[in-house]
Amino acid sequence: MPNVLLVLPLLIPLVTAAVSFLAWRRTSLHRALAAVGAAALLAAGVTLLIYVWNHGTIATQAGEWPAPFGITLVADLFSAIMVVLAGIVGLAVVVFSLTSMDRGREAYGYYPLVHALLLGVCGAFLTGDLFNLYVWFEVMLMASFVLLALGGERAQLHGGIKYVTLNLVSSAVFLAAVGILYGLTGTLNMADLAQRLDGMDHSSAVTAVGMLFLVAFGIKAAVFPLFFWLPASYHTPPGAASALFAGLLTKVGVYALIRVFTLLFVQEAAFTHLLILILSGLTMVTGVLGAVAQQEFRRVLSFHIISQIGYMTMGLGIAGLVDSPALAALALAGSIFYIAHHIIVKTNLFLVSSVTRRLCGTFDLKRQGGLYQSQPLLAVLFLVPALPLSGIPPLSGFFAKLSLVKAGLNAEQYAIAGTALVVGLLTLFSMTKIWAEAFWKPMPTEPVAETELSLLTPLQTRRLLMPIGALAVLTVVIGLGAEFVFTLATSAAEQLLHREGYIQAVMGGGTP
Amino acid sequence: MATVLAIVVGCLYAAGIYMMLRRSLFKLILGLVLLSHGANLLIFTVGGLTRGRPPIVPPGATRPPTPSADPLPQALILTAIVIGFAVLAFSLVLFHRGYQTFGSDDPDDLKVSE
Repeated sequence: MPNVLLVLPLLIPLVTAAVSFLAWRRTSLHRALAAVGAAALLAAGVTLLIYVWNHGTIATQAGEWPAPFGITLVADLFSAIMVVLAGIVGLAVVVFSLTSMDRGREAYGYYPLVHALLLGVCGAFLTGDLFNLYVWFEVMLMASFVLLALGGERAQLHGGIKYVTLNLVSSAVFLAAVGILYGLTGTLNMADLAQRLDGMDHSSAVTAVGMLFLVAFGIKAAVFPLFFWLPASYHTPPGAASALFAGLLTKVGVYALIRVFTLLFVQEAAFTHLLILILSGLTMVTGVLGAVAQQEFRRVLSFHIISQIGYMTMGLGIAGLVDSPALAALALAGSIFYIAHHIIVKTNLFLVSSVTRRLCGTFDLKRQGGLYQSQPLLAVLFLVPALPLSGIPPLSGFFAKLSLVKAGLNAEQYAIAGTALVVGLLTLFSMTKIWAEAFWKPMPTEPVAETELSLLTPLQTRRLLMPIGALAVLTVVIGLGAEFVFTLATSAAEQLLHREGYIQAVMGGGTP
Repeated sequence: MATVLAIVVGCLYAAGIYMMLRRSLFKLILGLVLLSHGANLLIFTVGGLTRGRPPIVPPGATRPPTPSADPLPQALILTAIVIGFAVLAFSLVLFHRGYQTFGSDDPDDLKVSE
């Protein structure tokens, strides 16, 4: 049973993508397969999460090769939560694409590419082997490269070239770090690595490798000062594709950071985790200040992704610097809660921005307007994810931010806690700007230049609002049921901090 | 032998980064190629260099003779080469398309006229 559960989140998108690629140009089949596949992925993720919640960390060895030799798939609560989130984003984006995606991109394999991306993302969440993690990263990147460039518009090529280059540099750094770590320890299985690294003396070499991983995953996660590819590229693909990127891609980098800096590189925490904490603060500030200067809907949101990556790594930094396990668990739980909240909210905001573009004909906030009057429902659905983004109670973001700030104050890291609060205020300012420009002010009188866009019919608008509404409901549910989500996040954080359980599940020959 | 390879890897990295800093999309690609080759050679070198001792278990024995070459870094490199090949093939096409669209090889000329 656990073996099947671990393989299903990989098998479902793989089969969906493969069958769709075989049925090339049969667009209606692609659409149906993609929707069914995404729903099945979400179901598989939820089943996995329930199983892991009841039975603890589970692991399986590919081809029955025992642990340090074969490739390990492993799911603890953190992995399982991330798989569920990937399923939610995948389903919402696919349903949104069914109405919003243009025929050209659909015919050239948009849906199988979405599933290839989900395959890479789920693989990265579930693997227990560092080299295998590299391979899943490449699967995910390859799919995202094509999704970004698909359509070949000028802006897409412009963003795509930067995105591809910086991600390839990151992959080369990642690969070098994996190689050196293998040279030092003779293994790449993460559980085995955790054991061996603890017993080693030359920790300066280990810390150096840890820094290489910080750079490699930092580029993927868009941490300061390695984020430049993100605002250059995320606003160029079609709305649904950029929502998928915004929801998932950087969060895989954050996941990898949290995984290696809780499981492997914990020996020199006073140095490494302090560095992560400083970077978190700088990431928050630069991201939010960058957003202030933008006048394009999706570019504002892109800079806010960067800003919020800082919150996610902030919990990781605090967790490494405190002695009390309860406080470390609180900080990490804050990070995990923040990731969950952020993925849902950010995907939703990108979807909303896509609808406003189809209604107004442009992403430029100056030329948008009057949406509160013409689309009151859309306006409400914008506010539901926009307010928690800046931490307004009682929605999801408030509780995530609360636990992070509380952990920061209890750990006496006042600078970072203060930064987090101020950045939250600036975030609210940006969201108010979007609200005032796109929704509140009257529609600008001059006609919109980009008339080649087909404006939405009321029926299409209703269909597009369906996934947005579902994600908004989810945001409210997380906010109202915060206690349950927080318990889940705390258990996941405790599993991350008590590494024996993870090591036991992998090395102890299958399920405990 | 390891020293020589260490210098070679260093040169590959230096050349790769230098090429990436030039103002040309084509040289950017060459830089990425050199960088990925540097990473592959690095794995090969730090994995331990053993000449002429394949890790094959002799008849009757239960483990390969020591010292024997570690096959795992070679397997890793092989995988990395295949992935690198695919990714570079894609980026060549993307960059070529960019060159056609923007009519320039200079990254600074990639402007979006909207």
